[in-house]
Amino acid sequence: MKYRLDISCQTSALSELRAFLQQALGGATLDEIEKHQVTLAVEEVCANLIIHSHRCNPQDIIQLEIKDADEKLIFEISDQGEAFNLLDYEVPDLKKVMVEKRKGGLGIILVKKIMDEIEFESKNGTNTCRLIKWFRS
Amino acid sequence: MLSLEKSKENEFEILSLYGEVDASNSVILDEAIQEIIASGSKSLLIDGKNLEYISSAGLGVFMSYLEDFQDQGIRMKICDLAPRVFEVFRILGLDQLIPIYPDRAAAFAD
Repeated sequence: MKYRLDISCQTSALSELRAFLQQALGGATLDEIEKHQVTLAVEEVCANLIIHSHRCNPQDIIQLEIKDADEKLIFEISDQGEAFNLLDYEVPDLKKVMVEKRKGGLGIILVKKIMDEIEFESKNGTNTCRLIKWFRS
Repeated sequence: MLSLEKSKENEFEILSLYGEVDASNSVILDEAIQEIIASGSKSLLIDGKNLEYISSAGLGVFMSYLEDFQDQGIRMKICDLAPRVFEVFRILGLDQLIPIYPDRAAAFAD
């Protein structure tokens, strides 16, 4: 199984992304709550890129590819914007986010808590963020 | 798509959420809460019965008010979240910061 979607860098594209993920995850060995969470994590990464790396420029495109390996799902998110390496960001403390009213930190907490593995690479101007979710048997 | 409905029950201003909250529309949620507070209300209940999805953009709106509400003696409660939506609040630990109830009656009673 392999799915691909090109996402235009505008926040209005996020609902289309969710619809795509819902369809792509239809047959995956995840329960409804896990599918919901995985959808959220992928959206959080894409929303971050759309807003921060691409400043909501609808001409810019993010590519999402979903690969179904033996016991895991791999979501590969590629773009040519300013590199945003999730792994460089410490998971902020929730109380700190509250006091500083730093709305941005919440998405990173969610992605790190939901996904089992996160990989990032930047090569020849293309950034690739790989989110990996293991199937629980 | 997100739509909102305001109503009043007991001493609570109720904000019912319909649909999905994400980065494209969280500002609508923010404005609605601001309006309710500007009207002088001290008790706000967010009814999530028809909330299908909320991303960090929406959760951040709730978070951004917590400290001010505490200082101003404003109560904010949430009720009737679908299990998958509640789970997102729980992952973040937001269920420890905002009281969440199974339904309106439980929210009024506490």
